[in-house]
Parts: sequence; structure tokens; C-alpha cells
Amino acid sequence: MNGYPVLKGASYTLAITPDMVIHNGTTQTTEMIVNPESEYLKELPNHLRSFEDAVSYIPNQVYIGNAKPADLAATEFPFYDKKWENASRDGKYGQIMPEDEFYGLIQICDVFELVMLEKSFAASVKEKLAAQNLLKEDQLAALDKNSENDDAKIASLVNDEHAEPLYFEHKLVGAVKRAHDVDVNLSAHVMLENLVTKASNVLSLIELVKKAGVNPDEVDYVIDCCEEACGDMNQRGGGNFAKAAAEIAGYTNATGSDVRGFCAGPAHAMLHAAALVKAGTFKNVVVTAGGCTAKLGMNGKDHVKKGLPILEDAIAGFSVLVSADDGVSPQIRTDIIGRHTIGTGSAPQNVIGSLVADPLERAGLLMTDIDKYSPEMQNPDITKPAGAGDVPEANYKMIAALAVKKGQIARTDIANFVKEHGMTGWAPTQGHIPSGVPYIGPLREEVLAGETKRAMIIGKGSLFLGRMTNLFDGVSFVVQANDGSAANGGEAGFDEAKVKAMIGQAMREFANGLLGSEE
Amino acid sequence: MDLENQKRVKDFAEQYGPENVVVVLGAAEGEAAGLAAETVTAGDPTFAGPLAGVQLGLTVYHICEDEIKAEVDAGVYDEQISMMEMVMDVDDIANEMSSIRDEFCKYL
Repeated sequence: MNGYPVLKGASYTLAITPDMVIHNGTTQTTEMIVNPESEYLKELPNHLRSFEDAVSYIPNQVYIGNAKPADLAATEFPFYDKKWENASRDGKYGQIMPEDEFYGLIQICDVFELVMLEKSFAASVKEKLAAQNLLKEDQLAALDKNSENDDAKIASLVNDEHAEPLYFEHKLVGAVKRAHDVDVNLSAHVMLENLVTKASNVLSLIELVKKAGVNPDEVDYVIDCCEEACGDMNQRGGGNFAKAAAEIAGYTNATGSDVRGFCAGPAHAMLHAAALVKAGTFKNVVVTAGGCTAKLGMNGKDHVKKGLPILEDAIAGFSVLVSADDGVSPQIRTDIIGRHTIGTGSAPQNVIGSLVADPLERAGLLMTDIDKYSPEMQNPDITKPAGAGDVPEANYKMIAALAVKKGQIARTDIANFVKEHGMTGWAPTQGHIPSGVPYIGPLREEVLAGETKRAMIIGKGSLFLGRMTNLFDGVSFVVQANDGSAANGGEAGFDEAKVKAMIGQAMREFANGLLGSEE
Repeated sequence: MDLENQKRVKDFAEQYGPENVVVVLGAAEGEAAGLAAETVTAGDPTFAGPLAGVQLGLTVYHICEDEIKAEVDAGVYDEQISMMEMVMDVDDIANEMSSIRDEFCKYL
């Protein structure tokens, strides 16, 4: 293939699930076991937002593309008490789905008849989903299977048959049954988690078709990069959420597989996709992920203590199409890749060096040559009240400090560098979701509009969480405005880095010549 | 401070004697450093971990404080810490640390 793999389109979706915050977020489920009478659990329901409030929340509007990252940067902190004026659940990149519709989608994504919804609830959800033109008639018909599910039957599934309850507005409206009597990997708890990640993934894949205009028939391969594992007791992480989700979303000609790397998963998956396209193995590869129930309300105790709403009330998803160079779309520079190696160590300096400074240096670029960096784009509205600081800002400061150490900027320029090359985080704290990729949608637009020339996407992951290694991890890649190299045999029409290197070389030779003539 | 680290600190204090243990922190903010310092001196303020109600009173410093910086090889410090030193509010961290030490350290 001439040129580079390109970013052809991206979609972003949220499902607002306040009842799942209470019943499925691990902060809350742990508290129910350890301290069931706690003040926090009593206070929590008073801090859950309405769907409308979650829709008008500015970071959520940025996530689905109705507002720009710059709009959030221009918003006075904190964000939770402000609304986006023209907020809509329907976004340029995707949508925000309410909890009841999402339960309907979960049932549509369930091919083993594990999900049961109360019949009148199912009927109302079917009507709402049908009005959206998201799903086909035969898919919506899955919701008709609930005709014998009354309140008593759902309650008995939960009380007598180990099913996980589904609540809507604090009322029991459904259940997810276990898929095996003994196997913990197929327990109702795990099945619910996996069906949620599958459904949110499906929603993003469908929105990629609807909003980014992707033809699902042309997609060859799908890579899922969420943080869940599916499989039975004999292969706990057997996987292929990718193919399972792409099936429901109608990507008939695709196969796929899963890539895992904790929060760094999406950046790794993007490298896989870019390499598959660059090698000519496939023309169109989709990187995709759903969200997770476990992280709902993760920082809820701090939010409640400080009188804030529960801001982690969304199950997120995203999908990105990586395609062969079309001469127009932003290119992924497969030759400017940062990676944290086993030998890199965990000192922040080495980490940032390996992910940011080293790959740029190898390509003859300065850290200031990157217009925008997209590291972990966690929304500070969520993390700051929880004592975790402003995560993107901390990353930008580290990048700036390294640029100082490299002599590329003055120490007094750190604040300026952060402002010019950074962004305010808008992504929900769903692990892999904020990790570099939320910017791909806005980045594509900015590059096509000529506003941004070059950006770096950085994924970082904490591997210790799996208790297999204490190593840190991360990969990064550079995205640039299309250089037209697809049309001329793979050579860049205008490669700034190469030109700079050539001019530098010529100047050195010239200077050497002058020195020589003086001797 | 996470529960596993609390357990490690507690075990080391028992194994080597609290008077022989110095805890070196690497937290990026004054508040976080202060909480960790409080945990290994006055006990876990969140009452969640093995150090809840355990007043070890250990000697505790942050890696960016002068006392510890002076102990570290300058080249190693430059390679491992100097970048973060630019990012962190070292004065705030040092103030937080010394106030915790003054109040709770038993072995200074």
C-alpha cells in the first residue's frame, strides 16, 4: 500500500444507567457487602442525575460530538453545575441512550435467552427503539419474547434462580439469568457485565454506520479492545467480543478478535489495525469497545461526600474505522510509534520518554511539532473531587517538563506548552475509554479543516491490576494531515520532518565548508 | 494508601523495628502525600486498611524533600526524578510532609 493507513471515521456513544450505578458498580456492590447500612448507600440515590441532566452535561456533549473540546476548555470549572445550551441525545458521532432503551438493546444482543424483561416494560422499550431506526424488525422482535414475563416471574428469577436484577427508576423490570449452574465465568453477574459491554459496543458499531457513513459490508476485520473477558470455566478469556458485537451490528463480511492491554488496549488495537491495513492484509479494520458496569460510580463516595451528583453514570463505547489511504483522511504514521518496553522501567521520566520524546526524536521531530497530545483524557470534573487530580493536565505537564529537559522549551514555558498542546479531558472514567481515543473523532475533523496538522495519541495501562506483573505499559502513535503520499508511490509529497532534516544537513555542510575555508 | 502497601509497611515495621524503617513516598500532590504520611504515622485515616487505628509513627519523607534528595546519587536523581520535580508543587508537598512529621513521627 502506498501512503499510510487513515482514520476514516469514528463513533462515540453513552448509555446513562443510574440504576446500574447502585446495583452493578463495584464501589457500591463492595459497600453493600462490607457496610450495608452505610450513610453513603443511603445518600447515593439522592445524587443520581436525570437522563436530561446527563445529556446536557458538557463533557458528554463533547464525547458525542455536539460540542468541541475547545468548548469545554472555555467552560469555567467545575462542569457538573453547567448545561450545554443546545444539548441533544443525538450527536454528530453517536448518541446518548437512556437506561430503559439500553436494557432493550441488551436483550437484543443476547442470543442465549438469558435476558428477561417485564412484558409492559419490554413493550414500551420496543416502541422507543423502533422510533429510532437503529435496529432491524427481526431484532426488535426479540423484545416480543417477554409476553409471559410478569412482575412475579422476574422476581422469582432474581430471588430463586440466581439471576441478576435489572432496575429502572428503582423498580425491578428485568433479570439476567446465569448461563450455567456451577461455572462462575457464566454466572449471572458475569453474563450481565459481558452483555453490557457487548450491547454498548454494538451501539457504537451501529452509530459508526449511521453517523460516520461507514458501509458495514466493506469492513474486513473488527478488533475489540475493552477490559472484560468472556469464556467459560475452561477458557476464561476465550474472547471474541469483536465478532459477537459485529454480528449484531450487521458487519456480515467481517471477522475479528480481541486485543487486551488494560487502559492501553485501544492504542494497542489501533496499532494492530493500522499494521493490518498498511500490510495490505485488510482494507478496512474497525477498532471498537463497549463500556463496563464495574466502574459505574467508582468515585461515588467522594462525589456524594462533596455534594456532587454521581458523575460516573454512563456506560461508554467507541468505534474507529482504519482504512487504506484515500489521499484525504488523516494518516496514522506507522513509522512514528512510541512504546514502553519491558526495560523502560516505571519512572515517569522514562515512561514519557519512551512514549513521547523517543519516537519523535527518531522521526526528526520536536515535541513542539505535535499540535495536540491526547493521553488519558479523563474528565477532571470526575477525578479532581476524588483526589486524583487533573489527569490530562498532569500528563501535559510531564510532557512539557521532558521538553524542558531536552532543551526544546524553556522552563518558564511549561504552562504555555500545556495550554497550547493540551486539552481539557471530557471522557468518562471507564478505564480504556478515556485512553487517547476520545480525540480521534474531533481530531479527524480538525485535520480535515486544516486546524490541526499533527497529533499524538497516547495509551497507557497499569498492568499490576491483574497481579501478573508490576510493569507499566503504553504505546503511542502520530496522526498527521494527509500528505498525499498514496498518490505518488509512497513518498511524502511534503514531509516537514524530512525537509527539516534535509535543511539541517545542508546547513551543517555549509557551516563545515565555511570553517574549512577559514583554516 | 492502598491496602496491600499498608500491609507491607506494617510487616516491615514488625520485622525490622519501627525505629529502623523510613518510608519514602512518591505521591504527585501534597494532599495525597499527606494522607499517605498520615497512614504510616497516625494510622489509616479512612479506617479501611491494616493500619486503621495503628499508630506506627514511622519516619516518613517524600522523595523530593531535600533530606532524601541529598541521599540520592545526583545522576540517578536526574534520570529518575528531575522531570517530575518540575511538574510537582514541591513546596506544598514539603510543607504537608513536615507538618505530619512534627505531629506524629516517634523516631526523629
